[in-house]
Amino acid sequence: MPDVWVLIDHEQGVTSKVSHQLLTAARGLAAKAGGEAVAIFLGSGWATAKDRIAKYGATKALVSESTDYEDFLSSPSVETVSALIAERSPWGVLFPSSPSGKEIATRVAVRSGLGVLADSTNVDIAEGKLSCEYSAFGGSTLVTKTLKSGPFLICVKPNAFVAEESAADVSEEKIEASISDDAKRVVIKERVQKEAGGRPAVDSAAIIVSGGRGLAEPANFSLVEGLADEIGAAVGASRAAVDAGWYPHAHQVGQTGKTVSPQLYIAVGISGAIQHRAGMQTSKTIVAINKDAEAPIFSMVDFGVVGDLFDIVPKLTEEIKRRKGGG
Amino acid sequence: MSLNIAVCVKRVPDTAAEKKLDPTDQTLDRESVETILNPVDEMAVEEALKLKEAHSGEVTIISMGPEGAQPQAIRKALSMGADKGVHLNDPALHGSDAQAVAYALAQVVAKGSYDIILCGAESTDARTSLVPPALAENLKLPNLNFVKNVEVADGRVSAHRETDRGYDVIEGPLPAVVGIVWGANEPRYPSFKGIMASKNKPVETLSAADVGLDLAKVGLAGSQTQVVASGARSSERARNIVDNKDGDAHVKLADFLQQQKFI
Repeated sequence: MPDVWVLIDHEQGVTSKVSHQLLTAARGLAAKAGGEAVAIFLGSGWATAKDRIAKYGATKALVSESTDYEDFLSSPSVETVSALIAERSPWGVLFPSSPSGKEIATRVAVRSGLGVLADSTNVDIAEGKLSCEYSAFGGSTLVTKTLKSGPFLICVKPNAFVAEESAADVSEEKIEASISDDAKRVVIKERVQKEAGGRPAVDSAAIIVSGGRGLAEPANFSLVEGLADEIGAAVGASRAAVDAGWYPHAHQVGQTGKTVSPQLYIAVGISGAIQHRAGMQTSKTIVAINKDAEAPIFSMVDFGVVGDLFDIVPKLTEEIKRRKGGG
Repeated sequence: MSLNIAVCVKRVPDTAAEKKLDPTDQTLDRESVETILNPVDEMAVEEALKLKEAHSGEVTIISMGPEGAQPQAIRKALSMGADKGVHLNDPALHGSDAQAVAYALAQVVAKGSYDIILCGAESTDARTSLVPPALAENLKLPNLNFVKNVEVADGRVSAHRETDRGYDVIEGPLPAVVGIVWGANEPRYPSFKGIMASKNKPVETLSAADVGLDLAKVGLAGSQTQVVASGARSSERARNIVDNKDGDAHVKLADFLQQQKFI
C-alpha cells in the first residue's frame, strides 16, 4: 500500500506540534503516492490523541496502547514499527527529527534493511521519485537526497512544514503488539523536569529570541525572556553566553548546540559567528539587534536594528504588549 | 569489575572553517579544510577515561577513514590517556553514509569483547546522530544515547538523557552502546607526558577484508542514501537595517513584526 505513515510524537495522547506538521506533510505525499495519510500511535492516551490527529487529516490510525512505550527507551517503538513495515510495506514513514525520533528511525532502518534520511527540511515526490532537501554545512549548502528503495524512512525537522488543519474521519485499527524482553533492556527509571516555565522548547518553537555576549551579564537574560514571553517565543542562547555559564546548554543554538528553523528568529546582542549562523540561518525570518553595525549577523537579516539593546529591547517588549492589547 | 572500553571517534572539519563538497562525487572535500577530533567524541573519550579511573581496565579508540588525519584523531585520544587504537582504512569505504559507517564500525567492535562502547552522540559536521543507534542495532546491543553522568555498577550502566524539560534517568545492561551528549564533561588537555607516551602506544590498521566487511554494504555504492544535487542555498534576505539614532527603531521593528503577522 502506498500509504504515508507518521510516527506520532505525543505525551499521554497530547500530540506535539511536530506531529501536526508531519501529518500535513503526509497528506500531500499520500495524494501523490496514491495512498492514505496514516498515524502510527504508540503509548497511552489514544482517546485524547484521536481528535487531534483527525483534525490534521489522517484518515487512518494504527494504534498500539501499552505503557511499555513509556517505560522503556525507544526499543518497543522500534520493534512495533519494524513489524508493521514488514507486514504492510507502506510508501514510507515520517519521523520527527528529534533525538528520539532519529534514534527510532535509524534502528528501524538497520533492522529492516532500509535506508534512512535525517534532518530533512523538505520531502517531496518528484517524477515518481523521493526527493528530500537537507541543509548542509550550517545551512550554506542545500543538498537534495533520495533513498535507493522504499519503504522510505525520513526524519523531518520541526517547522519544515506548516501544520494545516483538514478535518478527516479517522478509522482506527488496534494493533496487538507483544514487546520482546530484548526491547525492554533499557529502562526509563525517572523523569526529572528541571524547568517549570511555560516557554516552548527551542527545538520546535515557532519563534525564538536568543541572547548573546552583548547582554554583558547573566541577569540581563531577563530582557530576552521578557521579549520572548510577550511574543510567545522560546529562549535561545549563543555559545559565548552558554560557555560563560549565563544560560543552560539545552538552549544553545549553533553548531555545537541546536540547529533550528523557526518562523522567526530574533538575535539579541549576538554578533553572528559562523558557529552560531550554522544553527539558525535557515530560519524563515531573521531579526537582529546589535550595537555593532559591522556585526556579521547583519549580513543575513530580514530586519536589523543597530543600537543599544538595553534601550531597544524593553521598549520593543512594551510596544508589542501595547499592540497586542488592541493598539 | 575491570572494564574493557571502546570509543568510536571521527575527525571533523574545524567548526570555525568553511566547508565544501567535492563536485565530482558530492562527498565532503575533507582535504580542503582543517580537521580536528570531533569535539563531542573528545567528551566520549573523557567519559571513557573517567570510567577507567573508577573501575580500572583498558580504553581502545576505534576510527575509520582515510590515511592522514584519521590517525591524528586517534593519536589525540591516545595522548589524553587512552591505551590503544584501531584504524579501519580501506578505499572501499569512501563515500559510505552514516548507516554504512555504523555497519563497518560494528564489524570492528565485534572483533573485540568490549563491555561498553562509547561514541559522541553526534558529530559537529553532519550532525545526523545516526551512527550510535545504528551501531547498537548492528551489534544487537542496548543503546543509551544523548546522555551524560554515565555510571557503571553491577554489570549495568545508568545515565542521564537530556529531554526538552530536563532529563530522564535511564539504565540498561552491559555490554551497551552509549552516545555521549555535547557538554557532558570538560575534556582534559593532553599533558606533555601524555603526548610523548602516545607515540609508543599501539595503533592497529585494519582493512575491510581484515574485519570481514561485506563490500556490498559500504562505500558510495553500498549506501542507501544518494545525493542528487547540491548547491549554495539562495538566502536572499531583505537586509532592511535601521539605525536607532532617532530612538524609534523599536517602533519600526514592531511595524515589521506586525506586517509579518508575528504580533
